[in-house]
Amino acid sequence: MTISLKRISAVCLGLATAAAIACSPAGAEEKKDFKIAWSIYAGWMPWGYAADSGLMKKWADKYGINVEIVQINDYVESINQYTAGGFDGCVMTNMDALTIPAAGGVDSTALIVGDFSNGNDGVVLKTGKTVADIKGEKINLVQLSVSHYLLARALDSVGLTEKDVSIVNTSDADIVSVFTSSSDSKAVVTWNPQLAEVAAVKGATKVFDSSKVPGEIIDLLVVNTGTLKDNPALAKALTGVWYEMMEKMAAGDEAMLTHMAKASGTDLAGYKAQLVTTRMFYKPAEAVEFATSPQLPKTMDLVRTFSFEHGLLGEGAKTKDAVGIAFPSGEILGDAKNVKLRFDAEAMKLAAEGKL
Amino acid sequence: MGLRIINRRPGRGGALFWGALPFLAVLALYLTFSAMRLADNPNDKLLPALSTIAETVVRLAFTPDQRTGQVLLWVDTAASLARLAWGLAVSAALGLVIGIASGLVPYLRAGLSPFVAVVSLIPPMALLPILFISFGLDELSKVVLIVIGIAPFLIRDLAMRVEAIPPELVIKAQTLGASTWQIITRLVLPTMLPKLIDALRLSLGPAWLFLISAEAIAAQDGLGYRIFLVRRYLAMDVILPYVAWITLLAFLMDWGLRAINRRTSPWLTRGMA
Repeated sequence: MTISLKRISAVCLGLATAAAIACSPAGAEEKKDFKIAWSIYAGWMPWGYAADSGLMKKWADKYGINVEIVQINDYVESINQYTAGGFDGCVMTNMDALTIPAAGGVDSTALIVGDFSNGNDGVVLKTGKTVADIKGEKINLVQLSVSHYLLARALDSVGLTEKDVSIVNTSDADIVSVFTSSSDSKAVVTWNPQLAEVAAVKGATKVFDSSKVPGEIIDLLVVNTGTLKDNPALAKALTGVWYEMMEKMAAGDEAMLTHMAKASGTDLAGYKAQLVTTRMFYKPAEAVEFATSPQLPKTMDLVRTFSFEHGLLGEGAKTKDAVGIAFPSGEILGDAKNVKLRFDAEAMKLAAEGKL
Repeated sequence: MGLRIINRRPGRGGALFWGALPFLAVLALYLTFSAMRLADNPNDKLLPALSTIAETVVRLAFTPDQRTGQVLLWVDTAASLARLAWGLAVSAALGLVIGIASGLVPYLRAGLSPFVAVVSLIPPMALLPILFISFGLDELSKVVLIVIGIAPFLIRDLAMRVEAIPPELVIKAQTLGASTWQIITRLVLPTMLPKLIDALRLSLGPAWLFLISAEAIAAQDGLGYRIFLVRRYLAMDVILPYVAWITLLAFLMDWGLRAINRRTSPWLTRGMA
């Protein structure tokens, strides 16, 4: 009995150790193969094109590495996978970068500032005409997402707080059907392409959108800082392919735009309409200017305040300073000893100078 | 003979030990994984330390939420249990009434049984968008999802069990002058109640599944709601205790139903080892 017991516990421990080693997060070391995750959104469609067109391979070959671009259907799941160590990089918004990987202790670098939402996220009311009419309403939105953040900013703009409304967490996949066919739903906050559909409902009014808070909902390519430090080629390959695609996009390359439109489930006109409300940084110099502007720390302060107040920084966070955020200027918001989110403009600067 | 492994039995203490072993193994596995990930990254969210989980539980179960002033765990539990209770009660009532009727009355059986059989094959989750549109996003659609999910099973189970009542008993009751109503109340109902409770026990798993799915899609509170809400930022320190709590609640419900069965129908266990 005692012998078998010992043996069993030894086997258990051995299995556990083996499994733990196999599953431990991607460590930082020099390597050749990288995986980047992306999900459907107007500003991220170029990544799908990079993979399909062979452009990614071209740039990866140039720097002697392999980069696999993987599309994940569920946006939050892609970030969770990245945070758990399954990917070296992932596309996400500034708020999600702060609250998921950074708050989870995964040191992350915003390598490319791709665009910001300039009307892609909005508040739509069925009966009211202004933001103030939202008072007392039940609002369907994806809670704790940028929609929630946008609502907080909208309420703030008319002196209301979240206590004045009630929020129903509703999956983004169901927002449209809920708003169009259920009389319960009088107000929604959502993003494109759903936003365009709910705003088109007869009698509905878009009372607030992200163009009123420009530059606050930012779409980034986030890469593990340790991986980036040990593999400078990765940053160069990713930035290089990105700005080659931006050049094509800015030039209105029909083939590329059609490919991206199809991949996002719409047609060329539909995709172009989405791009109107997406402020793309086609030129690396614009992205550098945005990332180094003194406005960015102010935006991130708003975002981290919102995140802390909603408990998104995690159990360990006693103040909004718990997670440090570093900016290209060297400025640091929050705990300088616990910097987990870094905005970096170096690779984009190289692209701007044509050195990739 | 005694040497063969199939003939060796654990004693009382041995059974307890062997029963506990898988739980301990899972715990050990978790602690090993967690310690390794935390050594790599002290803020790791995937496998938080037990102390982090304990802190979170204290916050969820005993501290009012800073924004709403409610104690989240209890608010969520009350909301979910209310939905579940409604769903189970309505389903049980439907199962009892329709099940007995269609099991006992051939005309009703001819009319109902094929329909119920077909309805029971519709995957309830596929109906969810329709439910939300026809019953709104509030409590009603969540309860209806549970009912659609488990009532057909209860009805079919009960109907088959009523049909399986020995015909001699029914004929005997009739020769003694019992009316149909008396047969139902004096013969069928007492035999069927424990069977209904057993069927309900088996339905608890699906009922929870439908509840949590409904709460995941649109809700303001509930155990499933909280899990899918905090999934947004990978708060495993909330998700793991919630899953454990749901499991405990389901276990207690199962245990409670079994106790009710034993109390109300003592003849069921009489004579059993």
